Order: sequence, then C-alpha cells, then structure tokens
Amino acid sequence: MSSDNPRQEIYDSTAPSTDTREARMGAGPDDRFNSKLREAFGASPFILTKFDQFMNWVRGNSMFMLQFGIACCSIEMIHTYAIKHDLDRFGAGVPRASPRQADVMIVPGTIVSKFGPRMKRVYDQMPEPKFVVGMGSCTISGGPFQEGYNVVKGAEEIIPVDIHVPGCPPRPEALIYGVAKLQERIRNGETSPVVVKPYELEQFGDLPKDELIQKLADDIDEEDLVMRYNWADSP
Amino acid sequence: MSTELEPQTPEVTENDLEALIGDRALRRDDHLNAPGFVIRPDDVQDVLFDLRDEAGFDHLSCLTAQQYEDRYESIYHMKKYADPTQEVSVVVPTSVDNPVSQSAEPVFRTADWHEREAFDLVGIDYEGHPDPRRILLPETWQGHPLSKDYDQEQPQVVTLAEHANPIQPDHHDEESDTMFLNIGPHHPATHGVLHVKTVLDGETVVDIDPDIGYLHRCEEQMCQQGTYRHQIMPYPDRWDYVSAGLLNEWAYARAAEDLADIEVPEYAQVIRTMGAELCRIASHFLALGTFCLDVYGDFNAVFQYSFRDREVVQDILEDLTGQRLMFNYFRLGGVAWDLPEPRDEFIEKARDFLDELPAKISEYNDLVTGNEIFQVRCNDTGVLEPDLAKSYGCTGPVARASGIDYDLRRDDPYGYYENLDWDVITRQGCDNYARVLCRMEEVEESAKIIEQCLDLLEDWPEDDREIQANVPRTLKPDPDTEIYRAVEGAKGELGIYIRSDGTDKPARFKIRSPCFHNLSSLEEISEGDFIPDLIASLGSLDIVLGEVDR
Repeated sequence: MSSDNPRQEIYDSTAPSTDTREARMGAGPDDRFNSKLREAFGASPFILTKFDQFMNWVRGNSMFMLQFGIACCSIEMIHTYAIKHDLDRFGAGVPRASPRQADVMIVPGTIVSKFGPRMKRVYDQMPEPKFVVGMGSCTISGGPFQEGYNVVKGAEEIIPVDIHVPGCPPRPEALIYGVAKLQERIRNGETSPVVVKPYELEQFGDLPKDELIQKLADDIDEEDLVMRYNWADSP
Repeated sequence: MSTELEPQTPEVTENDLEALIGDRALRRDDHLNAPGFVIRPDDVQDVLFDLRDEAGFDHLSCLTAQQYEDRYESIYHMKKYADPTQEVSVVVPTSVDNPVSQSAEPVFRTADWHEREAFDLVGIDYEGHPDPRRILLPETWQGHPLSKDYDQEQPQVVTLAEHANPIQPDHHDEESDTMFLNIGPHHPATHGVLHVKTVLDGETVVDIDPDIGYLHRCEEQMCQQGTYRHQIMPYPDRWDYVSAGLLNEWAYARAAEDLADIEVPEYAQVIRTMGAELCRIASHFLALGTFCLDVYGDFNAVFQYSFRDREVVQDILEDLTGQRLMFNYFRLGGVAWDLPEPRDEFIEKARDFLDELPAKISEYNDLVTGNEIFQVRCNDTGVLEPDLAKSYGCTGPVARASGIDYDLRRDDPYGYYENLDWDVITRQGCDNYARVLCRMEEVEESAKIIEQCLDLLEDWPEDDREIQANVPRTLKPDPDTEIYRAVEGAKGELGIYIRSDGTDKPARFKIRSPCFHNLSSLEEISEGDFIPDLIASLGSLDIVLGEVDR
C-alpha cells in the first residue's frame, strides 16, 4: 500500500489497508487512526513534501480578506461574500475587520486624495506576506472619474497591486475569478516581496523644486507624520 | 394615507413674497422651478428668517454656490415640508474680489455643512459661520476646484496627522476623563469611508464630528464636463450606488427634461416607475441587512437573507437594464429599451418575486422587529425630533420615521405615481426602531406600485409602446436657464440644480444629496447616547458615502 493511489481505498474494500494497519499496531484498540483521511492516505500516515510548498498550499487555500468597503464595488464585493456567490467555497471567504489579521486586501473603489494616505496606512498594518486585488476600473486608472481633480489615478500609485479585475463594477463572478487566480499564483509559490518602492524612499526634498511643494514641505511638522517607513521612529 | 401633522399651509403667491421681501430684493432672477429674489449679502439671515417664520418656507432644500465671470453667487433653494411645490430661490451675489456673504446657519442648521461645502469647492466665505473649515477636501488643499481660476495640474500635498481630542482640556480632572476615538475611515460599521471623530466619557458619547470627503470623486465636475444627451447619465448611478441607480438617474432625467422641455411618453413613465421601485426595494433590503450587521454582529442570518432577496431583485433589474448595479437605463425622454423579450417571462419573474415577498417580510419581522433584544437596542435610541429633522433638512425614511409626512412622489408628483394607489408611510417613533420599520413598510408599498405597473405593462396595446420621445441629438438649452428639480430617492429628496450657458454642457451642476443632510443630523441624535447606540444610529440613517461626498 502506498500513497500513490490513495483514494481508491475509500471506494473499494478497505480491508487490505485495515489489515496491514492492525498488524502494525498490534494488539489493543486505538481508533484514533480510523479516519477517512487515514484511509485516504493509506497505511503510512505521512506525506512528504517541501515545507515551503506546503506553506504555499496552505496559504493559497486559506485567504483572510480585509473587510474594506470604499465605493460602488464594495456592494458587489459584499455580494461575492454573501449567499449565492459565496466566496468561502474557494477558501477565501473569511472577512476580517482588522488589517492585522488579513492576508488579502480587495480595493473596491475610487481612491481620492484624502483617502490615499489612509489606505496606505491600512496596507502597512497588514502582516507579510500580503496581497492586493484591485477591483474595478477606478483602481486601475481612476475609471470614469479619472479626470477629477481629487481622484488618484489607480491604486497602484499608492500600493502594489497583484491582480486587477476590470469592470465598473466587475460582476461577483469576475471578482471570484480574480481571487481564484491570485490563489493559484500563491499556490504556485508567489509571495509578496518585502520591498521598498521608490516612492517610499522619496524625500520631500527630492520632489521637483516647485515653490508650493517647498513651502508645504517646510510647513510639515516631522512630529506629525504618522506614516513612516522606519519602524523605530514611528509614533 | 397617513394623517397630516399640520394643516396644509396656504399658497404663498409671488405678490405675497414680493411684499414680504420688499426693498431687500434688489431685482428678480426667476428660475424655471421657482421665483428668485436677489438680495444683498448682509440681508441673508433677515430674509431667510422672514421666509421661514412669516411665509412658512421651513425647508432649506439646497444651497448652490457658483462663480460667474463677474461675481460669485449663492442660491438658497427653499421649499415647504407641507407642500414642496411651493418654492422660492434666494440669490445672494458677492463680488469676485471679496466673496463674503452672511451665514444662514442661525436660521437652518443644515446651512452649516452646505456653506462649508460652498467654501471648500467654490470659495465663498460665510461671515458668522460657526465652523468655517473645509469639508470634502483635505485641510491642506490649495485652491477651490470649482472656481474659475483653479489649476487642476498644480501639485497638492495631503498629510495624515494625528487627530487631537477637542474636549481634553475642559474634561480632564480627577473625576472624569475623556477618550478620543477615531471610528473610520476604514471601519466595518461606517458603511464605507466615513470618519467619525468621537470623544467618549466612559461609554457615553460627548462629542462627535463626522469627517467626510473620503469618497469625494468630483461628481459635479464630471457632470459639468459631460454633454446633456448621453454623457451625464452614467454618473448618477454612482452617487447612491446601493442599487438605487434608476432613482438617481430619474433625478437627472427629471431636471434635464424640465430644462429642455421634453415630454416623456406615458409607457416609458410606467417602466421608469416600476424600475425605480425595484431599486428602492433593493436599497431598503441593503439598509436592513447592514443595520442588522451593525447591531447583531458579523454576517448573521438577517444579512444573508436580505442579500439573498437583493440577488432576486438584481436579477430582475439585470433582465430589464442589462446591468446588475450601474444600470444606465434612462435616456432623456424615456428609457433605453423596452421590457426584455419574451415579455411574459419577465413579467412572470417579477410577479413571482412579488408573490414571495409577503412571506419574506414576515420572516424579517420574526427575525428583526419581533426580537426583544433588537427592540431594546433600538427603541428610544437615536431620537430625532421632527423640528430638528426639518432644521437639518432630513428627508426620506429618516424624516418620515420622525413623523414628517413628506414624500415627493406624492407631494410633487412625477412619473406615473399619481395614477397609482399607494400610501406614504410615516411613523411617530423618531428613533432607530421607527426608521428601520419605516423602510420595511416602504418595501411593501413599493411592491404595490410594481404590481400595478406590471398590470399596466401587461395590457399595454402593442402599437402604443413608445419608449422614447423624439429628442434632438445635441441638446442646447437656452443660455442662463436655471432649474432645481428633486425626486424621491431611496434615501430622500435627491435634487439637481442645472444652469445652462447655451452650450451642450451644463455650466453648473449641483447635486442635493439626501444622505449629506441626514448624516449632518448624526451629531444631534447621538451625543449623550452610548457608543453602541451611535453605531446603531449611523446604521439607521442609512448613508451611502458616494452620495454624501459626491
């Protein structure tokens, strides 16, 4: 009996493996091992795999989503979680209210200037490895509001995005497909690199020497800054 | 029909208004919907007090600010709660060099937020305003984006500073201590990206300051850049995005049709009425589901049930319009297309939904309204007195749950509503419980309307199914025509102000959002309550941030 053709035993007679097992265990009842899983795995209760491959498999099949509603797309996102579409079937439906417990952030909507820094902060609070699914046209380019004076032209201006789901809004099926694609990539070993993006390194002094920028940069109180990329200095 | 709270106010004629305002009126500036009086910037409070107390205009429906080449202008659109067809516009011009106008905040509390928005986007200063801050854009923003000389290309710096406790100094002693709590902008109970700066004394809320603008995506600018005929219609879907798309589209359609004098065929009006009420049902289901999410906890049965039922409505709407959420179905002068073929199947599907609805409603009643714990949570919390509701400009289910009998579908009829048999729901409770119940009963009324519309559509003669009036490809309304028109959206009075300048795009497009007003009353209804009641009150106001921030 080997684990090469495991499931056969569930449907066929389980007698051979049971006999082997009982012979090995010897006398005395111990039904801890009499599980379907045990039957499926065969006589030897081991699977050999590389640890990182196992971790990828686990990670991809248990995604904790950040409960993050921004705009119109969040309504379709709720529908994706709720009855009928039920994202949980795919191992990705545990919405967490706190970013500190979440793996995936679905960005469902238009990012405007006032919300940009807040979203960045929520992203920073998520533990590594973290993934981002951009939902809808607004997170790709600003969508229908691209020409607005207050609209950030895509989520990628602020945080790195792994999967873009186009649509205005995307149907729940489309979002499920996007999340499933992300899970597939994670199962295949995709991790989120811990990187510092160029825009994070940029100091205010490196921005174009615009008078306004200069003036505002002078006004900024260093003590006030909440977002820092140096943990030691963070308030 | 529910009982009237107050006797019908007598009609105020234009002559009465002229006599009342007298010398303070510099000249007339009539709008299509109402007589307009131009007054001096330092007479604002005086005139508004007179209009409110002498002539009964107790509803400051909207404040539009705009810039002309030679002046700034604030327009106060006033109505009566008892009869919203009686309207008057008060126009306050100010000079370009020194745009200072008197604040109307002492007369109507709702002017507070409106004038902050006018300052923020257009740049008019209001003298005597209690809290002259920006409201939608970040504090550090440079310039006023809807003013003439705004440069959209200039760089802006947005900071994220720690918020200070405004109450700290005066409450800090040995006996008591206050705690500052940020609720939002990322928080599951804020229904989007609302930020409520809360100060707590123990568990009691002593001070709140709703901080909005986290979803201000320049809807007014977008509409001012689009042409009347086709380019504006997709945007209303995205104001109140909780499936209320058709209701919003109707607001724009009504304003633009009245502006350009377009007659809508009766058949199209019936389809519009049916579609709009389906949207109202979907919207109220979401309000119920998320309210239960707030008071019961995460992803419970009521939430799942209400989303199950929303899926059914969305399916019907998808059959009708081709989209689940952003319908883009109305056209100026009618609708995009007729009912889907085969007609019988569509009508049967809609009827099936209506047949199942009473059983579903009674299920909700068992789960929600009959639940003692729910009642303890919601009765007598978040109380909004009718007078305050009027002063804050509350409309829709929020106002009707405070006993204000105000529904534009009946009081300012449009569409096919006046030919149908239905009731306006009002409740006297004024609390969270009344607001939730009011929505649930409105669902039943909407079902009645849909049923009658389906009957009409079924029997409509086949050769008379005109879905669109003949509208010119390029619409160019007469220059300098101004109109303010409102419809009853899912959340209340959704109004649009349009000023044309002779081109095919509006010169000023202002959205009067019901959620904006309803949310401004949050401060009043939750201060002094416990913090869990603040969350419940927020849920029962049923705000949509897309519409609050626009």
